[in-house]
Amino acid sequence: MTRRPVDTGAPDRLYTVTGGRSRADDSFDLVTLVVAECQPSAGMQSEHVRILELCRHPTAVVEIAAELALPITVIRILLGDLLAVGRITARHPRLAQSAATHPDTALLQEVLHGLRNL
Amino acid sequence: MGSATSDTPASAPTARGRKPLTDAAETGLKIVVVGGFGVGKTTLVRSVSEIRPLNTEEVMTQAGVGVDETDEVAGKTTTTVAFDFGRISLNDRMVLYLFGAPGQERFWFLWDRLFSGTLGAVVLVDTRRMDDSWYAIDRLEHHGTPFVVAVNRFDDDSARHSLDEIRQALALPEHVPLIDCDARVRTSGKHVLVTLVDHLYQLALAQESTP
Repeated sequence: MTRRPVDTGAPDRLYTVTGGRSRADDSFDLVTLVVAECQPSAGMQSEHVRILELCRHPTAVVEIAAELALPITVIRILLGDLLAVGRITARHPRLAQSAATHPDTALLQEVLHGLRNL
Repeated sequence: MGSATSDTPASAPTARGRKPLTDAAETGLKIVVVGGFGVGKTTLVRSVSEIRPLNTEEVMTQAGVGVDETDEVAGKTTTTVAFDFGRISLNDRMVLYLFGAPGQERFWFLWDRLFSGTLGAVVLVDTRRMDDSWYAIDRLEHHGTPFVVAVNRFDDDSARHSLDEIRQALALPEHVPLIDCDARVRTSGKHVLVTLVDHLYQLALAQESTP
């Protein structure tokens, strides 16, 4: 895979991207779908701009991370920024983040149907 | 200074041929494919995914127990774990993500952190390296994550073991589905996923009928 300069492994770059923060917004699951609610504006951090451009259509957190070639944690921090100011909305997965809750039969039937139609 | 990338203009996101989801997409779902190195996890993901498998990584900043790839950053021990994923749009609203995850013991924390809330898991097995499967199966049972086991018959296995022999070798309980597959073939990969979700459906059905 080709890597962008920001991902060349130097942790100080990641530090710069997040403004030194390391605590991410845990509400963003890997498959939370993110939707931009506005256009990028002048003066925005370039990573925020790229996220807003990517999320013109719903885009999962994990895809944003892959496209920006940044670790998931960094993406969660950046998404937290955008969510706090209403620039994105998040469609969280229905399944609770616990192994104890199993999906219901209606949901699984829809998944089965979708898979069989592939 | 080293932060020049923060100020460079963003390139067009569509330049690399991204295939966006429909605007109605609202529910992301997860299935994990686990197995040892080289068993064909990414091959399986690729065979059924609507996008070329992508790779991403997570930086872990916790004490590395059994982690061999560490370096000191700002006084914390961090390790970077990479994983592949693919995507299947099930309908306009639902999209399934498939994650290929390393099954080895030293990655246990990756599972705990990243893969909570998954529908279930596929354990991909190479009969020549069955050892790699035990730990994965043990962890899934411990988590209560439902799974199926798929034996990847990707080449002429000279000492071809029967599914019964493999079930015995893995000490796999009768209720866990065990099937053959060829991870390179789309219909075979699709069959593996259908087997898993059908298994999940039966489990959910049984659970709903016992109040």
